[in-house]
Amino acid sequence: MADPVGASGPPRRAPLHRGRALIFLTVGSQVPFDRLSRSVDAWAARHPQTEVFGQIGRTAWRPAAMRWAEVMEAGEYLDLLKQAKVIVAHAGMGTVISAAEHGKPLIVMPRRADLGEHRNDHQEFTAKWLMTRPGISVVHDENELHAALDKADTLVPPDGLNSESCQRMVAVLREFIFDGVRPFQ
Amino acid sequence: MDNGSKRPRILAVASGGGHWMQLMRLRDALRGGDMAFVATHFSDYRQSIPPGARFYLVTDANKKDWLRGILLICELVRIILRERPDVVISTGAAPGYFALRLGKLLGARTIWIDSIANVGRMSLSGRLVRRYADLWLTQWEHLARPDGPHYIGAVL
Repeated sequence: MADPVGASGPPRRAPLHRGRALIFLTVGSQVPFDRLSRSVDAWAARHPQTEVFGQIGRTAWRPAAMRWAEVMEAGEYLDLLKQAKVIVAHAGMGTVISAAEHGKPLIVMPRRADLGEHRNDHQEFTAKWLMTRPGISVVHDENELHAALDKADTLVPPDGLNSESCQRMVAVLREFIFDGVRPFQ
Repeated sequence: MDNGSKRPRILAVASGGGHWMQLMRLRDALRGGDMAFVATHFSDYRQSIPPGARFYLVTDANKKDWLRGILLICELVRIILRERPDVVISTGAAPGYFALRLGKLLGARTIWIDSIANVGRMSLSGRLVRRYADLWLTQWEHLARPDGPHYIGAVL
């Protein structure tokens, strides 16, 4: 793939340098999150030696320092995810699962409903739980984000997925689907 | 699956993003069934479904957008009439809610798995779908209650 970037948005700068440390920002496919995107772009401006790429959503704001796309197809997203050294994201479960599956350290900033970033505060709850997991740093503002990015080299990858719990779920669902067995009465 | 019994027709529905990723974590639960998948946002999700399964892309909608909601329901009606599923399973959100209700009308058994993102309480779709879900599940033990939602595990 010569161009890992989605079809949306204006022309971009040269393609990413393969093999260089990449910070990959993703705010999910549904709603932009400019507070986070701007914070990452501000960090990118001060660290020109680091590759930073952001999937910033459909928003009027345009990054000055990092490469970006509005929305990417799933294949392009996966390509950048695999290349990334650290993922920066909203507290969305898609990203959390992707990061865990690919063993990528994750920095998350939960969206806040009071700033109009989400319909409700469920990301705050998600973040409180995420904080208890290794490999995931939770930040709440630009200062905390920059501090976490400055320490990106020391971040450890998260635990793999808890396959035991998932396998149990699959087994119960199979019994219900194929044998009509209800786990509860 | 060659013991003569009919393969159940399964319709698996999820919105794009986290909901879809969670559905994909549960793919093995559907193995051996006659599968169709429904998603929003990304047509290339088609590449992550098992071989032989069918795929439909539908409009995304939320409670603030009536027009898209109506469009979504029309699309789902077409899909359900065509697929005639024995089982409808969803990890959320709005498309799954409507798919479960429509599936229920045609006599399908229905499974709702609320997103693991909902740590504090069940999602709105998850609460609304209660009466229409034969299996009504949360992925959080602390949200489980004796009369549901139930907990059988989590995808993470």
